[in-house]
Amino acid sequence: MLSNIGNTLLFLNLLLGVSIIYFAFQNLKTNEITVSKKIYHICLFQSTFIIICFITLVTAFVVSDFSIINVYQNSHSLKPFFYKVSGTWGNHEGSLLLWVIILTIFSFLFLLYNKHHPKNYRIYSLIIQNILILGFLFFLLFNSNPFSKILPIPKEGLGLNPILQDPALAIHPPLLYIGFVGSSIYFSAAISSLLTNYSGKLFAQSIKNWVLISWSFQTLGILAGSIWAYYELGWGGFWFWDPVENASLLPWFAMSALLHSLIVLEKRNLLYFWVIVLCLLTFILSVTGTFLVRSGILNSVHTFANDPSRGLYILIFLSLMIFASVLLLFNKFKNTSYNLNSNSKETFILVNNWFMIFYLITVLLGTVYPIFTEVLTDNKVSVGPPFYNTVIIPIVILFLLFMSVGPQAQWIKNKFYNLNLLLKILIGSILINFSIIYLFKEYSLLSNFIVISAVFLVISSLIDLYKSFKKLKKDSPRILSHLSFGFLILFIGLNYNFSLEKDFNLKLGEKKNFENYSIEFTDIKLQDFKNYKAVIGEFKINNSKENFNQSLYPEIRIYDNPSTITYEASIRSGILKDYYITMSNIDRSDYYNIKFQKKPFMMWIWVSVIFISLGGFLRLYQNAKKNY
Amino acid sequence: MQKKIIKSSIILFIIFIIGVFFTGLNKSSIYDTKNLVGQKITNIKLERFNNNRIITEEDLKKNDFTLINFWASWCAPCRVEHPILLKLNKEKNLKLLGVNFKDKKNNALKFLRDLGNPYDDLARDELGKYSINFGIYGIPESILINKDLVIIKKFIGPISQNDYTYIKNTVRE
Repeated sequence: MLSNIGNTLLFLNLLLGVSIIYFAFQNLKTNEITVSKKIYHICLFQSTFIIICFITLVTAFVVSDFSIINVYQNSHSLKPFFYKVSGTWGNHEGSLLLWVIILTIFSFLFLLYNKHHPKNYRIYSLIIQNILILGFLFFLLFNSNPFSKILPIPKEGLGLNPILQDPALAIHPPLLYIGFVGSSIYFSAAISSLLTNYSGKLFAQSIKNWVLISWSFQTLGILAGSIWAYYELGWGGFWFWDPVENASLLPWFAMSALLHSLIVLEKRNLLYFWVIVLCLLTFILSVTGTFLVRSGILNSVHTFANDPSRGLYILIFLSLMIFASVLLLFNKFKNTSYNLNSNSKETFILVNNWFMIFYLITVLLGTVYPIFTEVLTDNKVSVGPPFYNTVIIPIVILFLLFMSVGPQAQWIKNKFYNLNLLLKILIGSILINFSIIYLFKEYSLLSNFIVISAVFLVISSLIDLYKSFKKLKKDSPRILSHLSFGFLILFIGLNYNFSLEKDFNLKLGEKKNFENYSIEFTDIKLQDFKNYKAVIGEFKINNSKENFNQSLYPEIRIYDNPSTITYEASIRSGILKDYYITMSNIDRSDYYNIKFQKKPFMMWIWVSVIFISLGGFLRLYQNAKKNY
Repeated sequence: MQKKIIKSSIILFIIFIIGVFFTGLNKSSIYDTKNLVGQKITNIKLERFNNNRIITEEDLKKNDFTLINFWASWCAPCRVEHPILLKLNKEKNLKLLGVNFKDKKNNALKFLRDLGNPYDDLARDELGKYSINFGIYGIPESILINKDLVIIKKFIGPISQNDYTYIKNTVRE
C-alpha cells in the first residue's frame, strides 16, 4: 500500500519535472517579462509531492511495513521510534530520496527568492536544475527504488546497523545533504549564467546566499559525522582522512573558495569565470564524492554500500555533467585581463583561493590515487594520514598568517598602516606559545609554528572584532568564522600534543597506576535494554595531582537485531579535556582490555566548528535583513 | 592555436580520469562472487603469520573443508563475525584459515588475544597483494572451499547467523 503510494508519487514527480522543462521552454518563447504563474504552481506541486513521498517512506519505517524491501533490510519493529525515523535516510535508497528532495526544494526556493533577476536567467536555472532532478529520479526509480516490494512479506526486519543508531548520525546525512546537494542550485545558476550572459555583480548577488547556506550546512554536516566517529567508532580522534570523510571535505574546500571569490565578483566585478568554475566544480565534486563512496570503487573502513551498477549510473551522469559544463565554459570563455594590484584585498582573496585549491588537490589526489595505481599498475596502495599531515600541515601555517592579514586589506590598493601592530601581535603569539611550553611541556618545531600562527590569527581576529564593535561595521560574521578557525587549529594543535593514551589489561578489583593517574576497575554488571543487553564496567579514575575523581562506564553491547557486538566508549567530556575509556573482553580470561585516553580540548574543537558555521548563518541573517 | 591545445588537453585529461574510473568499476566486477563459485582456486601463496613458511595448495588439500577468512584488526565488521568464527572452530570437518589483511602484526595479535583465536592456521598479507588472487575487494570476506579446492561459497561482509547454519550443514553432510 505505502509502496504503491510512494511509487506513484515518484512517477508523478517525474512527469512534473518533464512538464516544468516543457513549460519553461514555452515561457522563454513568450514576451512576458515575468515567469508564468503556471510554472510556480507546478514547482509547488513538485516540492509538495516529493515531501509527501518522503513522509510516506518515513511512515513505512515507523509502522514497520516490511513488505518494502528497504524497510525490511534496515529496520526492526523493536527499534526505538527516533531510529526508525532516522533509519529512513540511514541507507542508500532512502538517502537518495533525501537527495532528490533537496534538489527539488532548492529549485523551488531559488525560483521564488530571485524575483528581481531577469526571467531568462531564472528559467534556465530552473531547467538545468530539473534536468538534474530528472536524472536522479530515474536513478531512484530504476536502480535504487526505496519502495521496492518483497514477497513473501517477512515477519520481522533485519534491523539497522547498531553503529548507525546514534543521534549525531541521525542528523548527519540531512545536514550534509543540504550542504553538498544544495550546491546543485549554483551549478544550475552558473550554467544558466553562461547561457544567458547574465554575469558580474548581479549574478554574484543571486547566488551568494545559496553558497552561504550550503557552506554553513556542509560545515555542520561534516562536524556531525566527525562527532559520530569520535563517540561511536571508538577510534579516539576527530579526523581520520578516510575516503568517506574526504569525499565530504572536497566540496567544502570548493565552497569555501567560492564563498570568498564571490565577494570579489560582487564588489569589484572581477573573477567572473573563476567563480563560474568554482560553482561548477563544487557540485561536480559532490557527485564525484558520491560516486567514490557509493560505487564501491574505493575501499574504505566504512564503505557500506557496494554496487557497481549504481557506480556506473552515477559515473555516466557525472561524465555528462562534466562534459556539458566544460564545453559550455570553453564556448563562452573570454580572456579578461584583471590587472590586480598585488597588494590589495582582491589579491588576498585570490590567495585564499589558491590555498583552498591546493588543499582540494592534495585531498583529491590522496583519495583517488589508490584507484589509479590499481587500474594502471595493478598495485594496491592506500594513502593514509601521514601523507595528508606532511603535505597539509606546513601549508596551514602560511594559510593562517594570510588569513590574519588579508581581511584588513583595502580594495584596489592596499597599504599596511598597521605593520607595527602586526609585529606586536606576532611577538605576543610567540610569547604565548613559549609560555604554553614553559607551563606544560615541549612539542615539535612544526607544532610551535602551528600554535604561533593560530594564536596570531586569533589575536588579530579579536582586535578586528573590537574595532568592528566600535565602528559598527557589519563584518562580525566574517570575523566570527575566522576567529573560530584560528581557535580550531589551535585546539587541534594542543589536542595533538597533549593527548595521553594508555593500553592495558585489568581484571575486576585491580588498579593501574601511571603518571599521576590511577584507574581502578570497581564493578561490572549486565543490564537489559530495549534492543540490546550490555555488559557495563565501572572504572574509577583518580588524578592525584589535580585532585580529580571520576567514574566511567564503558560498555560491551550485544544487539539482537541484527546480532552484533559493539564496544561503546565511555567518554567524560569536560571543559578542558575528555576522558575516554573503552573496554573489550579477552576470551577465556578474567581480564579485560582497557584503552584509556585523555584528550584535551575535544569539546572546543567541536565548538570552534559550530562557530565557524555560525558565522555563515549570521551573514545569511544579515543579508536577509538587508533585503527585506 | 595555443588555446586549442589547452582546451583539448583538458578534455583529454577528463576523458582519461573518467576512463580510469570506468575501468576501476569494471575491475571490481571481475571479483564478482558469482563467477568464483564452482571454480578451483589455484596459485595459492600465503605467508604464514608467525614464520615465513608458505602455505600452499598441498596444505589446504589435507582438510575436508577450509574456510578462508580475510580479516583485520581495524575492521569493525570483523569483530561482529568473530563470535561466529569461534563457534565454527568447533566443527570437526572444517579448518579455518585466517588471512590477516593489510594489518599491523601487533594490532592483529592483540585482536586475537582480546577476542580469542578461532583460526587453525593463520597467514598474513600485509600489503593486500595475495588476497587479490582470491577475489577479495573488501573485508571481512570468507571463502568456503572443499578438499579439491573448489569454491563452494563466498561470503561478502561478516558471516551471519544464516551463513553459519549454511556452513555447518555443508560441512556435516
